[in-house]
Amino acid sequence: MSTTEMPSAPDFELERSAMRHLADAQMNVELDTGDMILNLGPQHPATHGTLRLVVRLDGERVIAADPVIGYMHRGYEKLTEFRTYPQITTLINRIDWLSSFANEVPFVHAAEQLMGIEAPARAQYIRTILTELSRIATFVLFLGEMGLQVGALTPAFYGFRDREHVLNLIEGATGGRFHPNFNRIGGLKDDLPWGWVSETRQVMQLVLDSCDQFEDLVVGNEIFLSRTRGIGIIPGDIGTAYGVSGSNLRASGVDWDLRRDGVPYLAYPDLDFKVWTHAAGDSFARYWVRLQETRESVRMVLQLLDGLPAGPVMAKVPRIIKVPEGEAWVETENPLGQMGYYIVSKGATGPFRVKIRSASFSNVSILPWLLRGVYVPDVVTILASLYFILGDIDR
Amino acid sequence: MNAVALTTLGIEIGWGAALAIKTLVILLIIPAGALILGYVFLLKMMSHMQSRLGPMDPGGFHGWFQLIGDGLKFVQKEDLMPDGADRKVFAGAPAVVLISTFLVFLVIPMGPDLVVKDLDIGVFYALAVSSLSVIGILMAGWSSANKYALLGGLRAAGQLIAYELPLLLAVIGVVIQAGTMSLNGIVVAQQQQSIFGIDWIGNPYILTQFVGFLIFLIAAQAELTQTPFDMPVAESELVGGYHVEYTGFRFLFFFMGEYGTAFAFSAIAATLFLGGYALPWVDGDLANWIGPLVLFAKLMLVAFLMFWARFTFPRLREDQLQAFAWKFLIPLGLANLLVTALFKVAF
Amino acid sequence: MPEAAPPTAEAPAPETAEAPAPETAEAPAPETAEARPDPVHLDLLDRIERALPGAVIEHGTACGELVIRVTNPSWGPLAGVARSDLECDYLSFVSAIDWAPTPRDGGDDAGGDTSAPVQPTEMTFGVAGSAGRFQVFARVQSTARGWGATFKVDVDETNPLVASWVGVYPGADWHERETWEMFGVRFDGHPNLRQLYLPAGFEGHPLRKDFPLLARVVKPWPGLVDVEAMPEEAAAVTAGGDGAGDGAGDGAGGGE
Repeated sequence: MSTTEMPSAPDFELERSAMRHLADAQMNVELDTGDMILNLGPQHPATHGTLRLVVRLDGERVIAADPVIGYMHRGYEKLTEFRTYPQITTLINRIDWLSSFANEVPFVHAAEQLMGIEAPARAQYIRTILTELSRIATFVLFLGEMGLQVGALTPAFYGFRDREHVLNLIEGATGGRFHPNFNRIGGLKDDLPWGWVSETRQVMQLVLDSCDQFEDLVVGNEIFLSRTRGIGIIPGDIGTAYGVSGSNLRASGVDWDLRRDGVPYLAYPDLDFKVWTHAAGDSFARYWVRLQETRESVRMVLQLLDGLPAGPVMAKVPRIIKVPEGEAWVETENPLGQMGYYIVSKGATGPFRVKIRSASFSNVSILPWLLRGVYVPDVVTILASLYFILGDIDR
Repeated sequence: MNAVALTTLGIEIGWGAALAIKTLVILLIIPAGALILGYVFLLKMMSHMQSRLGPMDPGGFHGWFQLIGDGLKFVQKEDLMPDGADRKVFAGAPAVVLISTFLVFLVIPMGPDLVVKDLDIGVFYALAVSSLSVIGILMAGWSSANKYALLGGLRAAGQLIAYELPLLLAVIGVVIQAGTMSLNGIVVAQQQQSIFGIDWIGNPYILTQFVGFLIFLIAAQAELTQTPFDMPVAESELVGGYHVEYTGFRFLFFFMGEYGTAFAFSAIAATLFLGGYALPWVDGDLANWIGPLVLFAKLMLVAFLMFWARFTFPRLREDQLQAFAWKFLIPLGLANLLVTALFKVAF
Repeated sequence: MPEAAPPTAEAPAPETAEAPAPETAEAPAPETAEARPDPVHLDLLDRIERALPGAVIEHGTACGELVIRVTNPSWGPLAGVARSDLECDYLSFVSAIDWAPTPRDGGDDAGGDTSAPVQPTEMTFGVAGSAGRFQVFARVQSTARGWGATFKVDVDETNPLVASWVGVYPGADWHERETWEMFGVRFDGHPNLRQLYLPAGFEGHPLRKDFPLLARVVKPWPGLVDVEAMPEEAAAVTAGGDGAGDGAGDGAGGGE
């Protein structure tokens, strides 16, 4: 029987090419000094939560990095084995807590597939609108907060301020700013309130203005450019081999968006939108792609509002939800990347096994490869540009 | 503030009393300066630029008491020292930083007679003494027994030494134009010289030495370890850099040192480039009375520019920072020096 | 050799294995649109058969997604085949399923909790079947071609061992560490199999069905208790049990 083995020390390798890349930033005479082990985290302003990065430094240069995760591990996959489906939607709201509506969607969709129910068209549209609003809320915060990580104090406040408007919208529709818990198997809990559509249009205009402001303030700033260009380049094929997804992958030139390329879900087949990619694959590219995707999401929301069908928001579902036996896999393009749920059901009121595939888990797994040979300030830039949420990594 | 000044007020004082008054003024000016700069720029201007209000409650009117309350809070905190810290060095570091700030004020003139000691080498002395703070920062970084502090201290050492040179080069242009290193002499030169015949505004050196002014501002920003040059204190990486282990009144010393030095550098910039305490048409005793206010106004203008840059820009990485100093600012300063010398000889 | 699932070539209804996971009506959208038509599944199966003859034991669809069960020895080469022959450059995840029935007691049922779902007590298997209790499953996708497949492999219950995919998909590193940590499945060829989420030296494998959900063992489900007494009654009880201040509280809200 496999015994629990004591973990051995991490085995770091030295990449000569990474060292050569930094040669011109060093003095020609290599001083023979020892290495220093620095703990970034788990309490650290740069790690976005309780992520611990153990880095081995030579001066200011990282020789090797080992992320230690699990400080926020709540055991969701075990918990789902003892919960009913409606109870689980409460849990999974909290995986990616910045765009929490988007977490519920693939799970509910998978359960609906197993049950053979399809949510009515209006519910699909409203779900899409709320998902895109979550995406906008997350990305607007990212645009501001990456400036903060690079050192500019002001964009972060603008990010929070503009995000508030979107959160007010989500609260107006669902009752909750952060954890709406609005999806039900078969549709939604409620219809939209009166006047919500016109207010959303106004807020979307505000978001577009805010994107322009970020473009002026941050993207146009030379210091920001010199801090992010060429930093943390992820080649497309390495990214896919690690499972990096979402805007991170599109910033490396891989033209893959599950809203367009995957199994059609929600109202995306009816929409006309552009998938933004950038060839560079560095931190600036990731920022730029998210900026463009925010604008694209605004256009999508406006299209959805124009085409919002009338009708019920809830299909006919039995009162006690029992999902028939079977397995289902649904993946969606969440703001952080590809999120998927593999549900194994045995016909009970709750699932037998749920595998939660969260985007940030794979996005962060590339860090040991990515951080070799970078400077300490670049570590912060790279962490900020990958944009992970701890709840998404640790589940 | 020598005996001459006070006799104009009709009061006779001896040298002991004069010395005491001077000491008192210097000792008070640093906390006062730090408080004013901190409140106006850090708490209020930054907040409004970031679409928020800043402190509003303490003291009733727009939270003016906030920093004083913070100071009092710091003073009554427990004096903690990390276990592995070098106790004497740890305790001495803030004192070194603060003392170097006090020493700068000895030569800044607030009026024709309101200067503690008008040294002939005033500018040279001011720059030399302000670079003592580098030692204090290194002491803090080393003795904290903390890797983050060590990184911050090392970054600070490289940065602060690198930016001393552009500072100096910027100032030398002014010295060449004024013909003297004494700060009072520089102010008088600005007041009384004329620009190609136009003399009703005097000759504030910002007009002819605009390159020098820019270099001085940038180098001063780096000397103060303010964004975009705050690698040593990178909040989002090193959580505080060299002063991460300091709490209580030791941290208060660092805080006062930082903002007091900002005050001092703004005063030096105002003196060197904007004409200091002087208004071109004011002379004599009136200059003694309104001099401090004029200097204060000009100083606040310079500080406004510095803090505005602080809240807007991201920070440069250490190697980029060094490259900027050595490969751009110093050649530019040398060029400025050359052009100034040519003009001085030609005209 | 490939087990004979009804090889419906043209029928729009998805092919179903006779495994105990009959496809009830799934959502019509994924089937009719351009997403995953059957020819793609057949193409993928064909390519695997050509590259690794005899590797596929069984296959099925999980609501339109292709699920393939392969033999244990072929799991290692399967990574390379997926990467090259199937053009699947993207690794989605690697994890495991424990098919043992969810226990009633020792699980969430400590103290007679009635709200937890009642799962069947016999061990049954899902799409594409299984040989035993543990299965490792992984999903790979192709960003260029837009298809993907889920692979399952049986692992021995007493000595769960399977080849590692780290050489082909470096991202499998963390996924396999998590699978080992949660299920106890060892991955042969993984450079450094150690804890990922849990503290080093943690004993046990939490996602196995015989590992209890500790929260409920330590403390009963708060929803079990009866409604807490009204304040007057609670006060009366406390006043009645005058001298024994601490013991009197158990009439009111004993589940505290």
